[in-house]
Amino acid sequence: MSIRLNGEHIELPDSIKTIEDLLQHFHLQNKMMIVEQNREIIDQKAFKLKKLNNDDHIEIVHFVGGG
Amino acid sequence: MLKIGKKSFQSRLLLGTGKFENFDIQKQAVEASGTEILTFAVRRMNVFEPKAPNFLEMIDIDRYTLLPNTAGAATAEEAVRTARLAKASGLCDMIKVEVIGDDRSLLPDPIETYKACEELLKEGFTVLPYISDDVVLAKRLESLGVHAIMPGASPIGSGQGILNPVNLQLMTETMNIPVIVDAGIGSPADAAQAMSLGAEAVLLNTAVSGADNPVKMAKAMKMAVEAGRLGLEAGRIDKRSYAVPSSPLEGLSIIE
Repeated sequence: MSIRLNGEHIELPDSIKTIEDLLQHFHLQNKMMIVEQNREIIDQKAFKLKKLNNDDHIEIVHFVGGG
Repeated sequence: MLKIGKKSFQSRLLLGTGKFENFDIQKQAVEASGTEILTFAVRRMNVFEPKAPNFLEMIDIDRYTLLPNTAGAATAEEAVRTARLAKASGLCDMIKVEVIGDDRSLLPDPIETYKACEELLKEGFTVLPYISDDVVLAKRLESLGVHAIMPGASPIGSGQGILNPVNLQLMTETMNIPVIVDAGIGSPADAAQAMSLGAEAVLLNTAVSGADNPVKMAKAMKMAVEAGRLGLEAGRIDKRSYAVPSSPLEGLSIIE
């Protein structure tokens, strides 16, 4: 499957089926972050259930220093 | 006591978290400032570097109220999207609405800011818009229902201090929501002046993070904000054109 992750085109192995799988693949599961799938904010409790689809636009954002 | 929406704070200094040299200095500066409110920006995570440290992981976030901003937004729509993302973190429902309308001055776009506030209030956010020192806009936003107003003292990061103290005082004297002076503060004197003019609080970042010694400056800003506020509550003397002696005029015969 191929998706756009934070603006970058990436290929994912077939084993990755959900948002949670994606986060684990990148070792992000314990980070404080917010996930958007095709402009829809995904509730953290739903990471396990939310299926990834080919061509999905995923944004993973977090808090950084700012004024 | 500073009250914003439903929350109350002892400290009247809000600290930005951008541009510190390293997390250790930043942590010490946050501590020295005595702040209870920290601002943040919302950005894409570098997913290819999961081990990159994040300041939020280094502090006890239960001790602080997080005030994310919508910096980077140029339209109301972008600001609302950023605000929703920030709220989805589950860490905060306050948002500093920052919609920049001009890249050179970084001055906020009043119309897009107003529109963003309107939508975010409907969605139940605690809304703090960053605006120019525009008294009428401040009042319109107050009528809309925002929880505090954050007029800039001078352009972001410029350190020029309060360019229009008259407008600032017009706001603090007539508004019923907190006026928090944001942006442009350069020195402790500026922070004290803002408080003397009746601001309920001051938000600053570069003045501390860019100082030669950020930790000392954080402490100086804490003291300046407290001094300015205390002075306001104490009530300063009127200015006069002529001298008024401080020593008594009676008993002067010894030098006659």
